[in-house]
Amino acid sequence: MSQVETMHPGTEPAESPLTPESWGKLGMWIFLAGDAMGFGVLLCAYGAMRYGSADWPNPYQRLGINLTAFMTFLLICSSVTMVKGLEGVKNGKRGIAQIYLLLTVIGGLGFLSLQAYEWTKLIGEGLKIFGNPWGASLFGTTFFIITGFHGMHVTGGVIYLSVMLALVSKPTTALGTGWTYNVVEISGLYWHFVDLVWIMVFTFIYLL
Amino acid sequence: MADGHASPNYWLIWLYLFILTVTEIAVIFAPIAKVLIVIALVSLALVKATLVAAYFMHLRFEVRTLALIALTPLFLGALLIFILIPDHSAVPHKTADSVKVAPAPGHR
Repeated sequence: MSQVETMHPGTEPAESPLTPESWGKLGMWIFLAGDAMGFGVLLCAYGAMRYGSADWPNPYQRLGINLTAFMTFLLICSSVTMVKGLEGVKNGKRGIAQIYLLLTVIGGLGFLSLQAYEWTKLIGEGLKIFGNPWGASLFGTTFFIITGFHGMHVTGGVIYLSVMLALVSKPTTALGTGWTYNVVEISGLYWHFVDLVWIMVFTFIYLL
Repeated sequence: MADGHASPNYWLIWLYLFILTVTEIAVIFAPIAKVLIVIALVSLALVKATLVAAYFMHLRFEVRTLALIALTPLFLGALLIFILIPDHSAVPHKTADSVKVAPAPGHR
């Protein structure tokens, strides 16, 4: 860095090699790669425990997939509203950007509410983190840890996107393809990643 | 996102994701061998994940090398599957909870 500064005194540091428009985007991608490894480890451990168990309960019989299929649908929709909101920022249409970002936040909140309902229902049926009436106790452990870890990501995303919504709503924020577009796009990367992870969680925890 | 590319049709991507999700749910009730169901479900999930990364996360329109960062966790995860094989396959038979947690005498 100091070398760059001596080469070009008073100018911006060299541009990011992979994401020429901003360093933040490269940072987000690297963070997401690390986060994906966190989820990858959880899912691989889940697979190993399940494969080594003789009395693993049948997930889609015990957990039910109607509600979670709808939750999947909700997250996919909120991903579309996110890209539409970003398009609004790009085209300088504040109202459109606001509406779509708000819809995205509502989608995330809806997901969290349904997950809270689902957890409550399953806990009522006897699914606990240390055991359940149907078989391997690790069934409950892995379920709550993995869906909980994902739910925490959604919570973080809802807060993150609310901040973006506030930013876009401020009349003094310049829209277009500049800085604002950049930060909203980076927040979108995070949100789509949460959607992507849910696709995996839905497949491995509920459907398989 | 590099400027100069046309926005993809996001609603079309949404429709693909929707259809793939419905297919996934249909697949688990298909009257085929369990192993085929697993292969189908994992493939469908990977296709969905690829759609999200390529279009929603604009990976298709980025510098090609950025995709390598995105693929690193997939590669390491695949390695991890093999690393874990001894943990669940070294024992000759699978165990159930009732066998695993037989309490020691005098231990409550």
